Amino acid sequence: MFYREAGDFKTTYRDDGQTFPIRLDRWGYYVILAAAFLVVPIYIDAYWANAVLVPFLIYAIAALGLNVLTGYAGQVSLGTGGFMAVGAYAVYKLMTSFPEVSIVIHILLAGGITAAVGVLFGLPSLRIKGFYLAVATLAAQFFLVWLFNKVPWFYNYSASGQITAPTRRVFGYAVTGPTTSAPAKYLICLCFLFVLAWAVRNLTRGTLGRKWMAIRDMDIAAEIIGVNPLTAKLSAFAVSSFLIGIAGALLFAVYLGAADANEAFGINKSFLVLFMIIIGGLGSIFGSFAGAAFLVLLPVLLKNILVGSFGWPTNLAAHIELMIVGALIVFFLIVEPHGLARLWQLTKEKLRLWPFPH
Amino acid sequence: MKLKFTTLAAGAFMAAAPAMADLVVPNLSYRTGPYGANGTQYADGFNDYFTLLNERDGGIGGETIRVPECETAYNTEKGVECYEATKGGGALVYNPLSTGITYQLIPKAAADQIPLYTPGYGRTSAKNGAVFEWVFNAPANYWDGASVAVKYLLDENGGDLSGKKIALVYHNSAYGKEPIRTLEELAEKHGFTFSALPIDPPGQEQKSQWLQTRRDRPDYVLMWGWGVMNQTAIQEAANIRFPMENFIGTYWSGSEVDVQPVGAAANGYKALTFHGVGMDYPIYDDMKQYVIDPGKASQGGQFVGSVLYSRGMYAAVVIAEAIAKAQELAGTSQITPAQLRDGFEALEISAERLEELGLPDFGPAITMSCENHGGSGMARVQQWDATERKWTLITDFTEPDQDVLGPLIAEDSEAYAKEAGIEPRC
Repeated sequence: MFYREAGDFKTTYRDDGQTFPIRLDRWGYYVILAAAFLVVPIYIDAYWANAVLVPFLIYAIAALGLNVLTGYAGQVSLGTGGFMAVGAYAVYKLMTSFPEVSIVIHILLAGGITAAVGVLFGLPSLRIKGFYLAVATLAAQFFLVWLFNKVPWFYNYSASGQITAPTRRVFGYAVTGPTTSAPAKYLICLCFLFVLAWAVRNLTRGTLGRKWMAIRDMDIAAEIIGVNPLTAKLSAFAVSSFLIGIAGALLFAVYLGAADANEAFGINKSFLVLFMIIIGGLGSIFGSFAGAAFLVLLPVLLKNILVGSFGWPTNLAAHIELMIVGALIVFFLIVEPHGLARLWQLTKEKLRLWPFPH
Repeated sequence: MKLKFTTLAAGAFMAAAPAMADLVVPNLSYRTGPYGANGTQYADGFNDYFTLLNERDGGIGGETIRVPECETAYNTEKGVECYEATKGGGALVYNPLSTGITYQLIPKAAADQIPLYTPGYGRTSAKNGAVFEWVFNAPANYWDGASVAVKYLLDENGGDLSGKKIALVYHNSAYGKEPIRTLEELAEKHGFTFSALPIDPPGQEQKSQWLQTRRDRPDYVLMWGWGVMNQTAIQEAANIRFPMENFIGTYWSGSEVDVQPVGAAANGYKALTFHGVGMDYPIYDDMKQYVIDPGKASQGGQFVGSVLYSRGMYAAVVIAEAIAKAQELAGTSQITPAQLRDGFEALEISAERLEELGLPDFGPAITMSCENHGGSGMARVQQWDATERKWTLITDFTEPDQDVLGPLIAEDSEAYAKEAGIEPRC
């Protein structure tokens, strides 16, 4: 009923292999894209941008990045916060050193720098696996945050160790700094997310993604059939860190405006992004979005319902909110260990058959 | 079903935007997390003073004051969300009680033209009103505190600190790093050796720093801590038998919650404060009559009179005085944030005015101007008495060393002005 597939024939391999093979899905995707690019920017206000949509878009990029590494290539990482910090400090140094260069280039360069750092910390993955690798990346997390606290050059010798994003413009519109309008913030993040998600989706469908998945599923077998673990693992680290670095750069420059390595990029951030991909679904692009939405939007929604609508005291609401989010995480993991992406897939399958199941 | 959920969600988000009315002073508080024990007392004091004004005087200038609360958990991302959620409702001034959040709000508040009032925290160089038009940090800031602490130690040592070793145990964040530059200058001026020991937030783990303290044997230890870090530090200091009277905390490391868990071992611990403590002020008669007895106190009034409660109340007093001044200047009781900014800049709270408010000798006299957004910077030292379980003030209000602080503030604010492209006013 929902999916009317009658007459939707695929006559070429190209048609068959596209991202959204079902016509209705494809239309839905175009409608969502059109709404996100054309409708939302007209209606968005500062609250929706800063509290809801911008953090969602940025965390979606970070979750995509970690999903490449953990979901597709099977390398567990607890260093996300540290890599985001690399992106943030890289973009800060670039912004303040070369103010005349476009911020978009700086953000991409920050991603590139993070990719290099990620490859460096990914080297141990050639020797160690699983929990041991998680601990090695945890070391990256602590080392990087310590480094940005310790070396004053990274924060331009400011008295408090804080980094503050100056105003930078794209096509004449401020996208960083205090005067940034809500649509500008939203659109710059949306553009990055759109391009990156599109690129990652196509990477994971191609040779590189298949190599990653082969390594994830059984590294020895992958090696025997000719997948080079060195290039596969390190490319996963590079692509993943590139995305995470861009997310860190956007988080600092566009969303927060000022940041402190310990507070903004601590171990909590690593766990947050890891929870996003676990809840959303490992090895799924949709899962990265769903997980980011779940963990960014749900607390805000709960807070508004409990405090705004029910008028509860803020501390009670904050505690209940933690409990609800925690309980929902446990619930989802028990009911659907493969995350929201799998849940969505099941729903879709049911909807394709509905109302005449077998 | 799906549509219903979306409408419900949208409705819930919309409900967050409050209706326009009254004078709105949002309270970005934190009552949860590792800093919740401290934040909750401050928030109570802040709420209660405005409740008192509403109940006793019918608000300020006939306008009721509304204090919507928003939980930040001392987290900058939640702080931004709270700021955005409340600013639409006609918020007049923000007091986020977090240096991290303040750093974020300084450029935002200037762009939105809403004043920030950050007594005893935030960016120290905001004292320079020529650069920081929208930020006020009277009566005292971090550098004032560092200087007053060193002055107190000078007094203790007959005016000579040369050859002494002073260590700073600090919260490894923007907040904890603030005093380092000043203490380094002061070390050069007075000839003491200065060392800084960072403690990573939230600070439950500081064994190694205290081991190092035991090895280095500093004569004095200063602390810039907050939340659980304070009690842990005092406990660790007690464990290495560091003499408590040589251990001085900043404003934020000297409340009941910090010393009580350590029990008798915390006896003699000192801390800075920029206001009085305890219940011996006439204002508490009114507070009891209008707020506590009718059951209108925030959280049932369980912390009335504590150090942080007093500080929250003091912040509310200054904001209320600034609102009254702004109403007088603007000639209207329904003021805008910009008019409140003018009120802050023209604010004068004399000793007599404090007495009228029922708070004699509670804080230093405050005079603000276009150049000076930080008042006199005077602070005093208090000491914990573990048997009586109360703080006693042991010095009078002391003036900080402005010869050292003045140039530092000028330097830091100029750097900010250059970075942010601000043309100094005044």
